[in-house]
Amino acid sequence: MYEISLTHYLILSSIIFTIGIFGVFLNRKNLIIILMSIELMLLAVNINFIAFSTHLNLIVGQVFALFVLTVAAAEAAIGLAILVVFFRSRGSIAVDDANSMKG
Amino acid sequence: MLSVFFYLFSTIAVLSAIMVIIAKNPVHSVFFLILTFFNATGLFILMGAEFLAMLLLVVYVGAVAVLFLFVIMMLNIDFNSLRTGMIKNAPLGLLIGAILLGEIIFSYVGMRYGVAGTPGNELFVVLSKVENTRAIGNVIYTDYIYLFQCAGLILLVAMVGAIVLTHRKRENVKKQDAVKQTLRNKSDSIDINEVEIGKGVNNV
Repeated sequence: MYEISLTHYLILSSIIFTIGIFGVFLNRKNLIIILMSIELMLLAVNINFIAFSTHLNLIVGQVFALFVLTVAAAEAAIGLAILVVFFRSRGSIAVDDANSMKG
Repeated sequence: MLSVFFYLFSTIAVLSAIMVIIAKNPVHSVFFLILTFFNATGLFILMGAEFLAMLLLVVYVGAVAVLFLFVIMMLNIDFNSLRTGMIKNAPLGLLIGAILLGEIIFSYVGMRYGVAGTPGNELFVVLSKVENTRAIGNVIYTDYIYLFQCAGLILLVAMVGAIVLTHRKRENVKKQDAVKQTLRNKSDSIDINEVEIGKGVNNV
């Protein structure tokens, strides 16, 4: 059996990160899917942190993954709140409609 | 044996992550997101980070995914009109994604992360003397206490911000106003009138 090394985890996390970025491009209009893509990217970052934490045998990486998790939860809450307000005022969640600040 | 689990978890994670971004129904997207997080949890456990694995389940599956589901189901959104232009945007996204992925993997494969004192490259459960949760607790309550408090503050600000953003005053709703109730006194709420006989009260 092959040995699973750090590189395996790093490649996995980069694939998930890229899927997240591709999701932002693919669903340019749907704000909810864009938020989910951001969650995917943050998950990839967490996988990276924990892989390095295990590889270097340092606990600090896991502590920072914890902080990333915290910020991700806060970001999801605020983002969805903004989305709800936006939907109330515009009646849609298309990103193209968010142009009221255009000069 | 452990590598079988790695490939199992990572394959399902990648496939469900792809399904998150291409699913037609956003509710299905949320469910695939949950599947991705479950498999990431398995990977975290393989790496020996049990505490963060459980935290990922509690925070993401328990809170964030449910929040997404609530928002999707409670807002009456026409999702079909939002899917127009997907084909048009796909090539650019694929190009940028492929370039980025190629760069990242190229740099990973080209580099060696050998660090003096760490044995080998094997990436599995580190058999340390303390449990994972205890090890994290030893650090976040001592060395990283300010950052930990700061994380709590961020969550507080997020909670207050979300409430302030979504709260709205509705008209025509009869509601108890405690401040108004306790601030009124006898002189401006009771009026004593001498009513003459046969005249009645007319200045109410």
